[in-house]
Amino acid sequence: MKREARSELRRYVTGAALSAAFTVLAFWAVMGSSLPRMTALWVVGLSAIAQIAVQLRFFLHIGWRQKREDLQLILFSLLLLGLMIGGTIWIMSSLASRM
Amino acid sequence: MSENVHPGINLGASHGEAHHGSERTAFGFWIFLMSDLVIFGILFATYVVMRPNLAGGPGPSELYDLKSIAKQTGLLLASSFTFGLVSLSMKYGSRTGAVAFWLVITAALGTGFLYLEIKDFARMAGDGGIPQRSGFLSSLWALVGLHGLHLVAGLAWIGVMLALITARGLSDAVKSRLLLLGLYWHFLDLIWIGIFSVVFLGGMA
Repeated sequence: MKREARSELRRYVTGAALSAAFTVLAFWAVMGSSLPRMTALWVVGLSAIAQIAVQLRFFLHIGWRQKREDLQLILFSLLLLGLMIGGTIWIMSSLASRM
Repeated sequence: MSENVHPGINLGASHGEAHHGSERTAFGFWIFLMSDLVIFGILFATYVVMRPNLAGGPGPSELYDLKSIAKQTGLLLASSFTFGLVSLSMKYGSRTGAVAFWLVITAALGTGFLYLEIKDFARMAGDGGIPQRSGFLSSLWALVGLHGLHLVAGLAWIGVMLALITARGLSDAVKSRLLLLGLYWHFLDLIWIGIFSVVFLGGMA
């Protein structure tokens, strides 16, 4: 019981430390560095994805050994989200470039 | 490790009925969270499409204050961590005082976030950045404002939970609701990662 409690606490501390590191990296790329614009955007985008993965793993306890319906719910929502966001941006930018 | 019955921290077998009782409510709550995620996703897409449409009004470089956004990010991340401590002290300690203490700390950090955010919005409005000024500003206020409203709702929920803990102690129902509140709070932090990356850092890079 005690050991389990300590390992779960370590899990939250790890999650918070990794999140803080990715946050600092993203803010540094825009505010503190003289990276070219595209590079800075890549750093921000990749650290956002990494930080979301970290928080899903360490704060929300989502892993590969999920009960099936829970995992299906999350994956299906992500599919819808990808279709809607990707589709919207694709169609609207194509429209903008043709006007 | 005991068997997990839902995503998110589980109470574990030592909590008996409350552990398995939270399986269905947690699944239902995940359905709510995922539909909420879809709403935010659409607002993100709208923002990205509207981003160039300034209509001659002020743009990101005049309106955004990255230092304030960095402070808000720190506060929200810290509050997500302290909510982890709420869940852990409920799961292992079951002492009402510790749970309430970390809830109060989480609420204080959340209030600090909200204070800075409202100050930012007031300053933006003072600089002519009101929602009806341009397509960019409408989508900005809708997206960031909706996240702020979620936070207000979260703070109200924390208040209700504190009252329930005081009145009833850590009953099975209270434990199960605290689990859901934890999912909600971590979820808001996830949305904020998207907001500060896409809206604020993306807009200033």
